[in-house]
Amino acid sequence: MTNDELITKLKTIIEPYIQDEVAFKTLSEDTDFINDLKVNSANLVDIILDIEDEFNIRLENEDMEKMLDVKAAMLIINTKLKA
Amino acid sequence: MIKEDIIKRLPYQAPFLFVDGIAAISENGITGHYTFKEDESFYQGHFKDHPITPGVILTECMAQIGLVCLGIYLLKDELSQARKPQIALTSHQMDFYLPVFPNEKVTVISEKEVFRFNKLKCKVKMLNEKGELVCRGTISGMIKV
Repeated sequence: MTNDELITKLKTIIEPYIQDEVAFKTLSEDTDFINDLKVNSANLVDIILDIEDEFNIRLENEDMEKMLDVKAAMLIINTKLKA
Repeated sequence: MIKEDIIKRLPYQAPFLFVDGIAAISENGITGHYTFKEDESFYQGHFKDHPITPGVILTECMAQIGLVCLGIYLLKDELSQARKPQIALTSHQMDFYLPVFPNEKVTVISEKEVFRFNKLKCKVKMLNEKGELVCRGTISGMIKV
């Protein structure tokens, strides 16, 4: 999967949970889930669970703690997919 | 953890405690009950001369039994006198079918759907004394020690 494909999939997962539409429209690898998209902690859990379903991977507490922005999410997903 | 301990650890008190007892509890779900007293404060205003339990209060009762009591049970190994649970309601979707009048006893049945990363999500329903469905839906909250 290319980075563009991965970002497209991530955007579909994230969209229902964001509060900041402008930040979502200009989403890049540096976009931060909490500070930029204004996702709350409960919805961050929803995003994690949806990522697990979409990519058929299992995320742990340490992944959750690291998954603060799009770049980190992509790194974690790619690492899990290769494992 | 015995059922009375769970109720003692609830962070609520009158007039906003809506749990009388717990009939059954496990890692997967809980059944509990509450009787709406005739002198509950909200009956004065909901509605004028025609007391009916507000839907938000039914939802609160379901959240206290179905989510918070169950959450305390799930976190039982981490709790102590000094370590109290921190809770926050994060979302709910609820459908209402029948009214609940003063002095009615309701039973709340909750099934755990997800408890991960401190988020507890449950399918919850409320029955009246005749066993009829009063309301049902999904409630989620964050709970941690």
